[in-house]
This record gives sequence, C-alpha cells and structure tokens, in this order.
Amino acid sequence: MFPAIKPQVALAIGLAALVTYALRLGGLLLASRFPRAGRFRKGMDVLPGALLFSLVLPSIVTEGAWGVVAGGLTALTVLRTRNPLLAMLVGMLVIFTVRKLGR
Amino acid sequence: MKSEFIRGATANIPMAASVAAYGSVLGVLAGQKGLGWPDLMLMNSAVFAGSAQFVMVDMWNHPLPIVEMALAVLVINLRYLLIGASLEPLFSGRSLLCKIAMMHLVADENWAVTMAEGRRGKASVAFLFGGGVTIYLSWSCGTLAGMLGGGFIAHPEAYALDFAFTAVFTALAVGLWQGRKDLYPWLMAGGLSLLTHHYLAGKWYIVAGGLAGALTAMLGPSDAPALKEEANVSSY
Repeated sequence: MFPAIKPQVALAIGLAALVTYALRLGGLLLASRFPRAGRFRKGMDVLPGALLFSLVLPSIVTEGAWGVVAGGLTALTVLRTRNPLLAMLVGMLVIFTVRKLGR
Repeated sequence: MKSEFIRGATANIPMAASVAAYGSVLGVLAGQKGLGWPDLMLMNSAVFAGSAQFVMVDMWNHPLPIVEMALAVLVINLRYLLIGASLEPLFSGRSLLCKIAMMHLVADENWAVTMAEGRRGKASVAFLFGGGVTIYLSWSCGTLAGMLGGGFIAHPEAYALDFAFTAVFTALAVGLWQGRKDLYPWLMAGGLSLLTHHYLAGKWYIVAGGLAGALTAMLGPSDAPALKEEANVSSY
C-alpha cells in the first residue's frame, strides 16, 4: 500500500516548493527588465559563482585546517580533471582519513 | 530538439553520479528524522533543490515549523532568482508556456553545465531540460537508496558523507570561476559569508556573501571591454 502523506507534511513541502518555483520562474521573467550592460551586468555575472562560494566556504572553514585542505584538493582536482565526481571523492577521502585518525 | 535533449541528458551524467552520492546522504538523514519515502519523493519532485532540502530535513521536528522552513528555503534559494535571470538569453523568443514548463527542472548542476556549454555557443533549452531530467532521476535514486539502505549506516559522519555536499558545491563553484576579474568579488563574498555565518543564525550567509561579491564587481573599476578573460573550466 502507498503510505499516506500527512497534511502537515504536504503543506510544508508545498510551501517550500511554491517559494522555490516562484524564484526560478520569477528570475527568468524579470530578467528582461534587468539592464544588459554596465555595472549591474558585471554584478550579475559574478553573482552565481560568489553565491556558491559563499555557500561552501563556512562549511569548509568549520571543518578546520583539514577542511581547507579537503576543499583545496577538491578545487584542484576539478580544475585538473574536470570531473566533479572524482573531485568530490578526493575531498571526502581527506575528511574520512582525518576523522578515522581521530584528529 | 530531441538530440539536444539527449545531449543535455548525457552531458550531465558525470554530475549525476555526484548528485546521487550526496543525495544518498540526504536520504540517510531524512530516514533518521522520520520521513517516509513518499514524503521524500514528494519533496524531490516538488522542491527539487538539494541545498534547500538539506536545510528542510535539518529543521524537521514535530510540530513542523512550516513558516520558518519556507523562509529558510526562500533565503537559501534566492540564488535561483539569479540563475533564472541568467537563463534569459537561452529562452529568448520562447513562449511563456515553454518557460513555465521548463523552469522547474533547473538545478545548480544542469544549470552550471548548460552555462559552460553556452560559453561555447552550443546550449539550448532542450539541452537544459535533458540535464534536468538526468539530475532529477539521479537525485531521486540517490536519496531513496540512502533512505532505504540507511539503516546500515549508523554514523554517516564517520564516512565523511556529510562533506559530500560541500565537496560537490566546491567543484561547482570552481566551474563558475571566470578568471582574475572574479578575485576581489570572491574574496569579499567569502569574507562576508564567514562573518555572517559566525554572527547570524540561519542561512543568511549565502545571500550576504553572494550580494557582497556582486556589489564588489559592480563598484569595481570600470575596466576596458578588452579585458575579457577565458573561463578556467569551460566544460565538465
């Protein structure tokens, strides 16, 4: 049998889904009103990378010096091999080893 | 059209493997929080945003903090406003219906792959959508595998599974590096995200850092248009 989804759960997920989809479509539809050149454009060009960098950096730093090593090796691996899966495994291997050794 | 779809779907396969890997981490965590597989699949299909789903599962307590959760998702997903905006040239000339239908399956990964493809002038809406389908399938398989097999993994941290998400997004960020003109914006972004992360609870550090980076680029010296650097990583 298909287990039921509680109304509360459906509401929580539904609201989160609505917010996310509104941002996705909203960005696309509003984009035509954004300037295509100049300073605003320069900011927009940098933003996606800056956002992802801001997303990961605190997690890396929270992990300590070895976190920085793991993040650095992940970045280096993806630059060299262009393989994000390999890069991820390299980063995880560093953290795994460090934790295994109880540092 | 159809071949573009296939091309997008296959171009995202290397991404899909890492998506499944960190998806399995989310599955394990979700199982520990008491979510059932229908809950998880509803979330995968309706929200379809990795980082936001991690935050939601993290906040999953009874009674469910529905409004706080939606606010956290709003903050962490604000970047989709910009991701959506960056796709405007790709969608130029397409109907509103096409945009409405195609924008749901836009995730960080297939977007990043499409942007990289676009720099070589070979991206299309079908390419983007094909990638979205690949990412959706691997995300669903990964999260379900983690949830259903998660009983075997008592301590996901011991295997560094919690670092999988950070590592994948680090790799994604590197792929978006556009060259030396990004240096100061990224430094400002990183600095502000660390400060915000330290002093403010919640997920504000993502948006704070991102906006700091964008503002730095906007206020920076208006260099000659000749200074257009090649992307370091143009493809995966």
